[in-house]
Amino acid sequence: MWRYLIPVGLLAALLAFFFVGLGRDKETLPSPLIGKPAPQFSLPSVGGSSPTVSTSDFAGRPYVLNVWATWCVGCRQEHEALLEIASRGEVPIVGLNWKDDMQLALQWLQQLGNPYVATAFDEEGRVAIDWGVYGAPETFLVDASGKVIHKHVAPMTVEIWEREFLPLLKVRE
Amino acid sequence: MTVELGHFALILAFCLTLPQAFFGLAGAAWRKPHWMALTRNAVVGHFVLTAIAFVCLMRAFYLNDFSVLYVAQNSNSELPTMYRLAATWGAHEGSLLLWLLVQATWTLAVAAFSRSIPEVVTSRVLGVLGLISAGFALFILTTSSPFERLWPAALDGRDLNPLLQDPGLIIHPPMQYTGYIGLSVPFAFAIAAMLEGKLDSVWARWVRPWTNVAWVFLTCGITLGSWWAYYELGWGGWWFWDAVENASFMPWLIATALIHSLAVTEKRGLFKSWTLLLSITAFSLSVLGTFLVRSGVVESVHAFASDPTRGLFILTFLAVCSGSALALYAWRAPLFRTDTGFAPVSRESVLLINNVLLVGATLLILLGTLYPMFLDALDLGKISVGPPYFNIAFLIPMLPMLLLLAPGMHAGWKRASYERTGRTLVLLLGVAIVAGLVLSLAVYGWHSVMTTVGFALAVWIGLAALMDPVSRLIRKQSLSASIVGMSVAHLGLALFVLGVATTESYRSETDLSLRPGQTAELSGFQFTMTKLGEVAGPNYDAIESEIRVTRDGEEIAVLHPQKRTYRVQKNPMTEAGIDSRWTRHLLVSMGSPLGDGAWSLRLQYKPMVQFIWFGAFTMALGGLIAATDRRYRSRVTADATVSTTTGVKAA
Repeated sequence: MWRYLIPVGLLAALLAFFFVGLGRDKETLPSPLIGKPAPQFSLPSVGGSSPTVSTSDFAGRPYVLNVWATWCVGCRQEHEALLEIASRGEVPIVGLNWKDDMQLALQWLQQLGNPYVATAFDEEGRVAIDWGVYGAPETFLVDASGKVIHKHVAPMTVEIWEREFLPLLKVRE
Repeated sequence: MTVELGHFALILAFCLTLPQAFFGLAGAAWRKPHWMALTRNAVVGHFVLTAIAFVCLMRAFYLNDFSVLYVAQNSNSELPTMYRLAATWGAHEGSLLLWLLVQATWTLAVAAFSRSIPEVVTSRVLGVLGLISAGFALFILTTSSPFERLWPAALDGRDLNPLLQDPGLIIHPPMQYTGYIGLSVPFAFAIAAMLEGKLDSVWARWVRPWTNVAWVFLTCGITLGSWWAYYELGWGGWWFWDAVENASFMPWLIATALIHSLAVTEKRGLFKSWTLLLSITAFSLSVLGTFLVRSGVVESVHAFASDPTRGLFILTFLAVCSGSALALYAWRAPLFRTDTGFAPVSRESVLLINNVLLVGATLLILLGTLYPMFLDALDLGKISVGPPYFNIAFLIPMLPMLLLLAPGMHAGWKRASYERTGRTLVLLLGVAIVAGLVLSLAVYGWHSVMTTVGFALAVWIGLAALMDPVSRLIRKQSLSASIVGMSVAHLGLALFVLGVATTESYRSETDLSLRPGQTAELSGFQFTMTKLGEVAGPNYDAIESEIRVTRDGEEIAVLHPQKRTYRVQKNPMTEAGIDSRWTRHLLVSMGSPLGDGAWSLRLQYKPMVQFIWFGAFTMALGGLIAATDRRYRSRVTADATVSTTTGVKAA
């Protein structure tokens, strides 16, 4: 009666995947990008004055790259915090709109407020792969020399900004 | 001191689960009555000790004992008392302790309400539940103790996550947990039946009320969670297909399938191994849900304490618990084969289709939730699955299910004949189609074919659910709680479908800027901002606006949406102003200041949105009514001996 063995087999396969998934835990494994130069990109812009957004626009000063999408619940949750951080003017936030719809993204920024100095439109998610994005929201901190110095997975909060991001900026000033 | 006392009580509570498991299982296996009697003592002792541990932790919250790490991380001296107490389960460690307490309470309930069940069965069930409690107690003690001290003590706490400071939080997690853990009871009964090698309709009668009650709690928990997300997150959505929502929805779907499969097992002695499999799966998915939330393998809004050691523990627990259950299943399930057949059109076949569709829907959701992780583990690239997938994937199995529901409810066992009910059903279908067209054309205006289909299905299911009780009342026949419960639950589903179809088709929203004195319009309502000012709450400061809602000059409501900033965690929170009527909601939420006293506001009109939760609660009520049926309480006598012979496949 081999068919009665199917459920236990399925469970074993599932558990194996979970085990591998655990080993790849995103929060404990630091991004391989940390300390390396930030991947370059030049993408169409969501709204904004210039038609494209590229990393060279921000060369020479620190910036934050925030990966978001309108379908992402966590992005909605962190949006208020991003607006607060942007209003403090400590460092510009660049948005990377990931696998999204341009129209929806524009609507989102109009409705909820725009914390970004510019938002790049990464429709196919290629740039996100370069940056090693696992899921939205993710937030990267890039220093003035163009190196990635910090990565935060999961929604941003003002508290995390003050605790994890600001000290790194201060050290480098 | 009480904190250490709580810790000590928890250690003792763990110690007592071992004799509970041993005497329960061994006593039943070797038929030793005094061992089985000891099991009950262990159950009571474990419950008392777990309760002491829980109360000790709660006391630390009440007294603002910031020398306890967990309290310092999740509370604050300015936090209102009600939330301070609820903060006990506001994060990982405390919510696990709540989990253990709920598990102990279910176990105690099984021990107390099992007089009509043979001692051997009860003993085995308590033994299995003891093993589960042991696993969770060990989990808390080794990886997530809420009793750790912080030295030197913090001056004040870091406060409870503002998102969770809401009356909904006080009841949502306990409800949800009670439902999740309640599924361990049918799981334990399934193990007991497989160990004994005996499963008959009497067994199904024992399990059904427990499954129903667990399902009722799970339904209420999910509904409260959805309601909480709707008004507390302030976005006006009621379901987001978030990984954690999915994790709670999957056991619910399987438990729903189990309720229907158990009906077949009880009435016809069929689907036995299928029922066993569903019992095991339902609880396994509850544990899997815990794993997903706490291990960080999937990202989520709820990801409140992801830690790989914890993830590894739950994974091991899942492997041991569900792995051994499924191995036992592979070994024993062939015993429960039955050769009784049923006609292609019969209640059995309808319920089989219901089960296949519910399990199919669960698999589609599981696939969507885990797909990104599968691909990542196989190095095939990274993808993300969003609501567009789930909305369509879920609708595919649900549409045929809703279509089959009305005729299915009136199908007879063995072979369905629609001689008596067929004409009424067709008549009701006609009424439903007319009602669907009227609703979508005359009341709300044409939207789409799917909307009209949704309306018509809701009306058809609702009317068909009432057919049986109404005709019995007219003919002055007696009505059993089972029949009333089934009707009420299916009526609840109809109300839910009606709510979803209306809200999703006819909602409207707009975002605009408003300053005091200005007026905006949405769906025939005028919204005037009359005041804008600052208010201070106990642990937050807020900007509050006063919005007067009028329709054709007549005042309808005065709303007070707020934008709060919690002092400790500094996160801004939106508190929506809601005007609630039974046919619609008007929501006003505040966005951000635009300068010169103007604010961006989001106005939303949500027709029939309460029907979503009202329908879900009605389903839960139906489940509760069905669980009170008298036949579950009577002691089984004569028919027990008859059906035991059918339990094992006749030689």
